[in-house]
Amino acid sequence: MDAMLKSGQKAVEIAFGLIGIMGLWIGIINIAKKSGLIEIFSKIIKKPLTIIFPDLKSNDEALSDIALNISANALGLTNAATPFGIKAMEDMQKNNENKSHATNSMCTFLAINTAGFQIVPAVVLAILSSAGMNNPSQIIMPTLIVTSIAFISALFFVKLLERVFK
Amino acid sequence: MIDFLNTLSIYILPVIITIILCWALYKKSPAYESFVEGAKEGFTIAVKIIPYLIAIMVCTSMLRASGAMEILQNFLKPVLNYFHVPAETTILMVTRSLSGSATLGVLSDIINQTGVNSYATKLAAVITGSSETTFYVASVYFGAVGIKKFRHALLAGILADIVGIIAAIWICTIFFL
Repeated sequence: MDAMLKSGQKAVEIAFGLIGIMGLWIGIINIAKKSGLIEIFSKIIKKPLTIIFPDLKSNDEALSDIALNISANALGLTNAATPFGIKAMEDMQKNNENKSHATNSMCTFLAINTAGFQIVPAVVLAILSSAGMNNPSQIIMPTLIVTSIAFISALFFVKLLERVFK
Repeated sequence: MIDFLNTLSIYILPVIITIILCWALYKKSPAYESFVEGAKEGFTIAVKIIPYLIAIMVCTSMLRASGAMEILQNFLKPVLNYFHVPAETTILMVTRSLSGSATLGVLSDIINQTGVNSYATKLAAVITGSSETTFYVASVYFGAVGIKKFRHALLAGILADIVGIIAAIWICTIFFL
């Protein structure tokens, strides 16, 4: 019983410790969003995206939304990324012949999204620094390497499996 | 090489922040207003996860107090030791694909149990930061447009999660051991 009460209290302490750092980071990223930096970032990655999504060459709207979704996710703006992602799904659904069946592009988009590519893992950094870690930034590079490996393997698996699951 | 990457880790955040601020200055975008608006959202996010954190941390503490956790971890210990995986991180590997808030709860629990500068904490942080909750993402995006046949999307996502966990175990031994 004692363990239960203590951990309940601990949970609230942790969440309150997050407020300052989360506020700081989302605040900074919001400056990037409002000043148009995310749009520029997404324009840069749009070209290579046509290689990953060959079916969407003629669907420019979907590609733009996918690029915006990936850019926002990369900066840790999950809340801003979700509407772009849903918009991208709707754009892809328009050209889908069988509305209850996922297309190859939809599956690819979902797989790279679940790999969760992030340049800065903001929430994790916030938890570590509010818990008092010496130099929490030390996890940034290892995390970036791991998330890149996961991203590439998600692409590999989704392209391999799309031949199997028709 | 590792030294160089460690230096990069330290400079990434300040560099990103500087670029963002300089760009806003160049574009004459109202940086202060944007910051305050975003910071409010950061507050909401931190408060929103409280109920989930409470639920998960109480659950894991009961699991530990009952001794069930210890039995499971002792059982897995020989294999885990061989790959330098602290037993505490095993639950995190399971929750990672299922629920984001649960994973944050487990991460906080690992910090409590092993200390914030421990190897277990570092490995858990890398696993948490490098992945997304596969099942949640699938249900939100496919649910929004009424897709019922997911085909290979989930399987590819889960396989990538497994590769990610293996990669995290490997990369962390290089960086932190």
